[in-house]
Amino acid sequence: MMVADHNRLGRALETIGAWMLGILWLLPLLYAVWTAFHPAAYATRFDLFAPLTLKNLVTAWQAAPFARYLVNTVMLVTLILGAQFVLCTLAAFAFARLTFPGRDLLFALVLLQLMVMPDVLLVENYRTLVQLHLVDTIVGIALPYLGSAFGIFLLRQTFLTIPQPLDDAARLEGCGVLARLWRVYVPLAKPTYIAYGLVSVSYHWNNFLWPLIITNSVTTRPLTVGLSVFATTDQGIDWSIVTAATLMTSAPLLVAFLLFQRQFVQSFMRAGIR
Amino acid sequence: MRRETIHAYLLLLPALVLLVAFTHWPAIETLIDSLYATPHGGHPAPFVGFDNYTDLRDDPVFWQALRNNAIYAAATIPASIVLALLMALAVNGALPGRSALRLAYFLPTMLPMIAVANIWLFFYTPDYGLFDQVLGWFGGGRHNWLGDAATALPAMIAVAVWKEAGFFMIFYLAALQTMPTDLREAAALEGSSRWNYFRRVTLPLLMPTTLFVLVNAVINAFRVIDHIVVMTRGGPDNATTLLLYYIYETGFRFWDTATAATLTIVLLAILALTAWLQFGVLGRRVHYR
Repeated sequence: MMVADHNRLGRALETIGAWMLGILWLLPLLYAVWTAFHPAAYATRFDLFAPLTLKNLVTAWQAAPFARYLVNTVMLVTLILGAQFVLCTLAAFAFARLTFPGRDLLFALVLLQLMVMPDVLLVENYRTLVQLHLVDTIVGIALPYLGSAFGIFLLRQTFLTIPQPLDDAARLEGCGVLARLWRVYVPLAKPTYIAYGLVSVSYHWNNFLWPLIITNSVTTRPLTVGLSVFATTDQGIDWSIVTAATLMTSAPLLVAFLLFQRQFVQSFMRAGIR
Repeated sequence: MRRETIHAYLLLLPALVLLVAFTHWPAIETLIDSLYATPHGGHPAPFVGFDNYTDLRDDPVFWQALRNNAIYAAATIPASIVLALLMALAVNGALPGRSALRLAYFLPTMLPMIAVANIWLFFYTPDYGLFDQVLGWFGGGRHNWLGDAATALPAMIAVAVWKEAGFFMIFYLAALQTMPTDLREAAALEGSSRWNYFRRVTLPLLMPTTLFVLVNAVINAFRVIDHIVVMTRGGPDNATTLLLYYIYETGFRFWDTATAATLTIVLLAILALTAWLQFGVLGRRVHYR
């Protein structure tokens, strides 16, 4: 009896602890939402009956070319995702199902990129893009990320689990390499594509440092860089408007996440299990 | 050459060209550049041997950046991993409002770091910010959190932990959900306490996940500096200058590419050491199922 009570108390304490941590984690976001939807006068004081307003959002939207930034970001993540899917699929298939001299060495070279990402080689990559005349272009932001070791690795692992007889059957029917890839491997790896796609889109939607370095005009800046330019130069310190702009730039991804929460979480899990 | 070999090389070519062009080649080029002076006005850069490295040895800002980064890593990595594990254990059990809680923990992960930085910048504002207001209730005075060298780095650490813990939670949660339940039943029958079960069974079984999370946490501690760029620009007085931020500053604000290359080599060495620890030392001691 004593033990049962003890356990119940323990459970209650754990629940309270978990929820306190949850509230602590949610608080900054709730505070940002509060600031964005109330007049500036209420930005720093809490009043349950403070009037709601959309004015901050409207002001922020009009104060900087956010529509253009949004288009840039959408073009950027689409370009990266499309190219990554094609390039990684081809490479992953070669590593998973073809035998050729130097396979293990080349695969080790690919895996090296999991530790040394293009993000840390800023100076040299910038120089390369200058030579290619791709500075301040959306292709230029995307280029270093198109050959993705992570994508190759993930798809190779998936392709390895696909039964060889299926592949053999397609081959007997006269399918070439690309046809087998397209008809057998790609359809069966759909969950991995979704997982990798969500991870890639959220990474590049949120990426900041490299785009900051490589862009310097409105027509190429993604949302993250546009937001930083807006928050530091265009605005004094009108927190209501800065916070409104901040939420606005994060909103598309956040809404997508809230709608497809299960897929997102499962995708991140799938991508993490190696 | 065999047909299959030709096919394989053709399939690999596009991805490998891009990988080598933006990862392997620049890494080698960085090493070469670190042995030359910064070129000026079209003249080819003179070979200077290890001069850039000795300059770096005598550069107090470099040592401070290294020290800052060590403190930053030593604080964010354990804090975010322990919190991630606690979060995962909490939302893995039958808890009231479990899915809402999981959402609360994970949400910061979906925000861009730059958005997170903007929100927290507001919290740290003297007088008006959340921190000063809350402290004000308890009689605390005005504090310039980001302007004070003593609190600026801890402030950056708090931001990073808030952003990352929920991300790592996902991996622990995935591992916990695949854990065999018969072990737990057996332990319950033998009257083993929950703490004992956690320490003897759960924690060892989570070791591969911990290793994976650890490696990612180490990489992030050296790779993510978005919040530094937005919130402090390395200041005050270099108190929040991390290694990559120092590279960014020397490379793109002072345009001193030779020093930036030398700094990058130090960063690459740290990442290589991490990789070696992962696969060489820790990897052997971890129990894989």
